[in-house]
Amino acid sequence: MDFQHTFAPETLRTLMEGLLVTLEVAASAIVLSFILGIILGILRYTKLPVLSQLAVLYIEVMRNLPLLLIIFFGYFGLRDMGIDLPVTMAAIAGLTVFTSALIAEIVRSGLNSVEKGQIEAARSQGFTYVQTLWYIILPQALKRMIPPLVSQFITLVKDTSLAVVISLEEMMHNAQIVYNKYVNATIPLLLLVAFIYFTINYSLSRVSRYLEKRLAG
Amino acid sequence: MFDIAVLADYKQEFIDGFLVTLSASVLALGLSLAIGTFIAVLRLSGVRPLEILGTAYVEFFRNTPIVIQVFMFAIGLPTLGIRFSEFTSGVLGLSIYTGAFIAEALRAGIQSVPKGQMEAARSSGMSYVQAMRYVILPQAFKLVIPPLGNQFVNLVKNSSVLAIIAGGDLLYTADSVSSDTFEVAVVYGFVALLYLVITLPISIGVNWLERRLSKNR
Repeated sequence: MDFQHTFAPETLRTLMEGLLVTLEVAASAIVLSFILGIILGILRYTKLPVLSQLAVLYIEVMRNLPLLLIIFFGYFGLRDMGIDLPVTMAAIAGLTVFTSALIAEIVRSGLNSVEKGQIEAARSQGFTYVQTLWYIILPQALKRMIPPLVSQFITLVKDTSLAVVISLEEMMHNAQIVYNKYVNATIPLLLLVAFIYFTINYSLSRVSRYLEKRLAG
Repeated sequence: MFDIAVLADYKQEFIDGFLVTLSASVLALGLSLAIGTFIAVLRLSGVRPLEILGTAYVEFFRNTPIVIQVFMFAIGLPTLGIRFSEFTSGVLGLSIYTGAFIAEALRAGIQSVPKGQMEAARSSGMSYVQAMRYVILPQAFKLVIPPLGNQFVNLVKNSSVLAIIAGGDLLYTADSVSSDTFEVAVVYGFVALLYLVITLPISIGVNWLERRLSKNR
């Protein structure tokens, strides 16, 4: 096994450049899918005619498809139809389309976990439905959504690695470039990249546990 | 563009891809159930070093991308002269990854069986293993059916990583047929439907079970 090329300064620099892209794409997709997920989750929760059904259709289709298929289609598919997205955009779009469906489900079950009496109490105080949702239900639900949301974000960080298929220059892709040159560095490099992902995601899960305890108290 | 005849021309390819996806998912489910059960029992054994080992397994594999785990078998181990077929590499990578999630689901299930059950079984003269096998696990399995169903859906979706290592699965078929025919939208749309044929019924079943279980509480 070739540890020399694995830990060479040049390799480490390449990996760090890739890591920056990984984090950039992950962070953008987290923000976008959180916004889209909340909108979809609320739409599904409110049972508005037509809009709710459309939300259900979107959520059920997207969360039951492989993310890789969505990424493939978002890049190669749209390109063949004349829409040429840059790789970074295609990756962020694919991750967002998929993750927002999963976040919508987290939002819905968070909203459902708030007792119905809260709505009745707020409405009888003269709150409108929208005010009730915004000031009473959502803040309580958000607190309960934190653990599943963070684990969804961890999944998203891992999932950025699937964008190797469209040659997004993230960490996995950059590792590939190095081990394609030095074949014997494949195993140490895969382990090193795994370790970097682990460090990021394990820290995230610790933060989540800490938040959960703080908010519960 | 949009020529549906492609689907008939490549009928055999689609059937083959569908069967590869299905058999990889089913095989990986069996293997990851075995791994997951073993790791969950380690974590609940009460023996500190075994618990640490089990926890390390779960934390490491669920915080690292599945791509790395599949690549380890497909391109890492071959550098040491250990070779698997693409299909086997995919199934092993999927199983190791999913095993970590199943271990967590089982642990949560086992811990939700009241402590008195274990004490009662032990005081009736059962060994720890017997009590687990005949008293605790059968009760826990009922509670973990919904999360296990979710893991199976995830397995079917994640089996698409086989496409990255040319594993001949459904997504791989979509990729090769669409680059042969340029009928990207038709091919990906059809393959998306085929994935939904497997995943949607399970998802709907899981939702139904979850609702029933929460009503019975």
